[in-house]
Amino acid sequence: MFIDTLLIGISSGAIYSLMALALVLVWRSTRVVNFAQSGQAVLSTYIGYEITSKTHNYWISLPLAIICGALIGSLVDLLFMSLLSKRVKSGPIAEIAPVIATLGLLGLIQSVIGLIWGNAFLQYPSPLSGKGFTFGSHTVPFSPQNLFIVLASATVLAIFGVVFRFTNLGLALRASSFAPEIAQLAGIRVSRVRNIGWSFAGAAGAVAGAVITPTSTLSPNSLDLLFVSGFIAAVIGGLDSLVGAVVGGLVLGIGFSFILQYISSSVTFLAGFIILMIVLLVRPRGIFGKRVGRNA
Amino acid sequence: MNQGLVVSNLSIDYGSVSAVKDLSFALTPGELVAVIGSNGSGKSTLIRSLSGLIAPTTGAASWNGRSLLGKKPEELVREGIVHISEGKSVIPELTVAENLALGGLWRSDKNDVRLAHEESLQIFPILATRLNQRADSLSGGERQMLAIARALISRPQLLLLDEPSLGLAPLIIEQIFVALNNLRKRYGLTVLLVEQNAMSALKIADRGLILHLGQLVTSGTPAELMQDPQLRAAYLGF
Repeated sequence: MFIDTLLIGISSGAIYSLMALALVLVWRSTRVVNFAQSGQAVLSTYIGYEITSKTHNYWISLPLAIICGALIGSLVDLLFMSLLSKRVKSGPIAEIAPVIATLGLLGLIQSVIGLIWGNAFLQYPSPLSGKGFTFGSHTVPFSPQNLFIVLASATVLAIFGVVFRFTNLGLALRASSFAPEIAQLAGIRVSRVRNIGWSFAGAAGAVAGAVITPTSTLSPNSLDLLFVSGFIAAVIGGLDSLVGAVVGGLVLGIGFSFILQYISSSVTFLAGFIILMIVLLVRPRGIFGKRVGRNA
Repeated sequence: MNQGLVVSNLSIDYGSVSAVKDLSFALTPGELVAVIGSNGSGKSTLIRSLSGLIAPTTGAASWNGRSLLGKKPEELVREGIVHISEGKSVIPELTVAENLALGGLWRSDKNDVRLAHEESLQIFPILATRLNQRADSLSGGERQMLAIARALISRPQLLLLDEPSLGLAPLIIEQIFVALNNLRKRYGLTVLLVEQNAMSALKIADRGLILHLGQLVTSGTPAELMQDPQLRAAYLGF
């Protein structure tokens, strides 16, 4: 029973990790908490759904949905966020305006989806079996689809981890997010780099939508709850750390799973915030949050 | 066309407030000019407009015949005009090595970037021992050295320095200014140095400009400026 509960926790934790990774990617590139992330992810998932419907092949739709996710992320930046940051440069409004803008954008994207596809719950066919692996006579609650989600999460972490840590683009992304003015004065084309950051996050969100939705249903709001869990996971992980996003997702997923199994299903959602509070009280900067340096 | 820096009738307004008023001056290539003035004299505003961070209201500014105005800061860096800003000139969350790498990230001549990197560490050897530390673990003086070292990796022609002595101990200020003077001689840099610390700045400057409330009060060699008791009392503070 313990192992089964752990496996359920890992598979749902991997789902939260994917959404958390998308949020952390935007945060690391732009210092914006993107509340439109679930809207962007669900839009690219609808596009993937359309492609799957036409081609009857999930494996063709997956990369195309990821590309569309990246393009959506880029457009969100070009049409909304960068225009906003050019107009509102400093003061308290500059801090809050992007958050409000992404909330508005979430509503806009979901309305557009509703107009095009309607609000009905759609079944996104799963390319992999949802039946658990069988070992001897015991079937564990961990299916090939769950394994795919875990692998997708690990792949996203590995790819973006390498990009941020070991490439010039990653350094430019980090510099542009931490201190855009200093980055500009060092010769970095900050607007262009931030746009790439939005594209990366859009692509990661598209992966989340495309691998998670086959386990449930697709609707304009179908990723909203997942976004909340992903957000909690990202904060638990320190908001700035890709590894932290994955660990945060796993902490949350495994925590939910054990609470559901051994306490009650009615407190599961509340438990997310309790886990968040406990982590932040013990580690105020999140599990992987960096310490603050000395004042020169 | 090595005409250096030419600033003509530059005015910069913040709404109804004039920060810089009809300012004109020129720097010949290789010259180090100190812009001196108290808080609110328009020094930082001037330097921020020359590096593309703010747009002037009227006037013109050019480097070797090419206009500086209307260009983005990152484009000006690529043309050899590098601004080291006041107080917050390094990225605290990045390591020393990463901060240095930023200076050459956009440059295509990677061999020269490597060479410039080595030269920078020879000039500021303390940085070589701190490469893997986050920049926010450095002292104020080390951060200023890091900012100058990063700028050198960009191979600048014109260095715009905004208050490099801000918040530093006198001994560190001395070290930074000696290093700065050596650098401009070694690389033939043209330097516009904005400073409140008139004494230190004029020690290494070829000329000084004194700004007050956005207007040029006077200019001259350090000896000329320091000989005038009224200027010393009113603007130089020593």
